[in-house]
Amino acid sequence: MDTRIMGVETEYGVHTVHPTKRPLAPDEVARYMFKPVVDWGNSSNVFISNGSRLYLDVGSHPEYATAETTRLDELLASDAAGDAIMHRLVTKAQQAMADDGFDGQVYLYRNNADSLGNSYGSHENYMIERTTQYRRLAEALLPFMVTRQLICGSGVVIQDPNVLPLVEQFPTRSDPHFAFSQRADYMYEAISSSSTRARPMINTRDEPHADSSKFRRLHVIVGDSNMSETTQLLRFGATDLLLRIIEAGKPLSNLQLAHPVRAIRNVSHDLTGNAPLELVGGRTMTALEIQEYYLDMAQEFLNKNGEHHGYLKQIMDLWERTLEAIRSQNYSAIDTEIDWAIKYKFFNAYAHKNNLDWDTARLVQLDMSYHDIDPQRGLFNLLEARGAAARVLTDAQVEAAHNNPPATTRALLRHRFIHSARALGMDYSMDWTHMKLNHHPMQTLYIRDAFETDISIVDELFAKVASADL
Amino acid sequence: MAQDQQRPPHQRHEEDQHIPDPLPEGTPSPGSASAQSADLDSLLDEIDGVLEVNAEEFVQGFVQKGGQ
Repeated sequence: MDTRIMGVETEYGVHTVHPTKRPLAPDEVARYMFKPVVDWGNSSNVFISNGSRLYLDVGSHPEYATAETTRLDELLASDAAGDAIMHRLVTKAQQAMADDGFDGQVYLYRNNADSLGNSYGSHENYMIERTTQYRRLAEALLPFMVTRQLICGSGVVIQDPNVLPLVEQFPTRSDPHFAFSQRADYMYEAISSSSTRARPMINTRDEPHADSSKFRRLHVIVGDSNMSETTQLLRFGATDLLLRIIEAGKPLSNLQLAHPVRAIRNVSHDLTGNAPLELVGGRTMTALEIQEYYLDMAQEFLNKNGEHHGYLKQIMDLWERTLEAIRSQNYSAIDTEIDWAIKYKFFNAYAHKNNLDWDTARLVQLDMSYHDIDPQRGLFNLLEARGAAARVLTDAQVEAAHNNPPATTRALLRHRFIHSARALGMDYSMDWTHMKLNHHPMQTLYIRDAFETDISIVDELFAKVASADL
Repeated sequence: MAQDQQRPPHQRHEEDQHIPDPLPEGTPSPGSASAQSADLDSLLDEIDGVLEVNAEEFVQGFVQKGGQ
C-alpha cells in the first residue's frame, strides 16, 4: 500500500496510594476518571473531537485508541494527545475524590504489567490489502516481531525471574536483571484469534473497520508501551516498512522460528542480543542476526523503491545505530532515543549511586515511575524535560492533536460530525465506520473508506435533516 | 527544579514541522554531553523526593486486573 492507515491503542494501569488508609480500587478510580466523559457523551465509551476513541476497557483500564492516521507524525501526536487527555482526567478525578473524602495519590502508568503479573498492552493496527494472504503475512512477520524488542523494547527491571509466567516451561536467567521487553514474558502464543485468553503476538481477528472486500487490519499486540517518541517512530516506521516488503511479494519465510514463545523470552533476557534462536529446520540465528537481516532487506528495498515518507532516513539511521550499540555493548549512541537504553542508563546510574542491585523494590518503583504519565512527576517526562530523551514532535503538534483530527483520514469527518451534532444539541452515536443522528436513523453515514476526507458528506447530512425538520 | 532546555544531539529543532530533514551525524559536542550528564546527576538526587518512601509497599500496592 502506498499510504497505510495506522493506529495504536494504549491501556493504562491505575494505581492509587494512600499513606494510612486502604486506597480506592482501580475500578473506583476509573469511574471517577470517566465521570466527566459520561457527563459529556452519556457513555464511558466515546469518540472525541480529535477522532480518537476514549473508553473503559475490561478490567477497568482507561484506554485510548488513536484516530486513523496515515503519517507517523500524526500517529505520534494523536497518541501523545491521549496521555495529555488521560492526565486531565486524572487531575479532575483527584479533585472529585478529595471532595468525597478520598485523598491519596493516583498514578496512571503507560506500562505493561502490575505487581501480580496482570498484563495489558499497547496494540498496533496496520491496514493491509486483502490480497496479501494474512497467514503468510503474519508468519513472515513473526521473527521480526519476536526480535523487534531490541529496537523498541521499553526495558524492564526483573526483580525476581522465578515468578514470571510460564517460567517453568521457559526458564530464563534466574538472577535479578534488566531485560529488553516489558511484554515478552506475557506472550503465550504466536498467532491466534483470541486476545485475552491466549494472548498471541499477532491477533487474527478479522475486523477491518473498512471495506472488507479490499482490506484487513493487522492487529499486533506484542509491543511494549513506549514513552519515547523516537522509539515509537522506529517501531511503527520499521513495522510499516516490513509490511511493504511483504506486500511487494518478497519471501521472508525462511526465518521461521521453531519456538516463538520461548524465543521472545530468550531475546528479552539477554541484552547482548546473542540469544540463539532455533529456526524451523534446525539452524540457529541470534536475535541480532535476525534484526540485521531485516535491516539489510529494508535498506535494499528502499534503495530500489525509494522512500515513501520523510522520516525514513531517521528511521534507518536509528535502526542501524541501535543494532550497532547492542553488537558493541556500548549504548551511548542511542541512550536518548531508545526506551530501554534511556531507562537502563538512568537506572544504572541510580543503582550505582545508591548501592542497589536489580533485586531491590526501589528499582521496580523507578521502573513504574518511568511510565507515570504525570508531566511533573513521571521519570520519563522529567528526563525529557531535561533533554535526556530526544523528541520527534513539537509541543505545538501535540497540543493541536488534543482537539484536531489527522488531516488525511475519515477522522476528519468524525470530527466534523461531532461538532455539528453537539452545536445543534442532537443525540448521536458512532463507531469507527458509522455516524448516526439518533432521531434520523435512516440517514446514517457509513464511511467504509478510511481515507475519505470529504467533509461535505457530513455537511450534506446535516443540511438534509435540517430541511426534513422544517 | 531546573527546566533546562538543552537538547540531545538527535533532537530536531522546534521550528521544524512535519517532513523532517535528514539528521546530522550523531556525535554530540563535548559541551552538550557534559551539560546533559550534569543535569542527570541532579535528577538522580531529586527523583528521591518524587518517589514514595516505602518502595516495597508502593510496588506491591499496584494491582490492576488484566486488560484487552
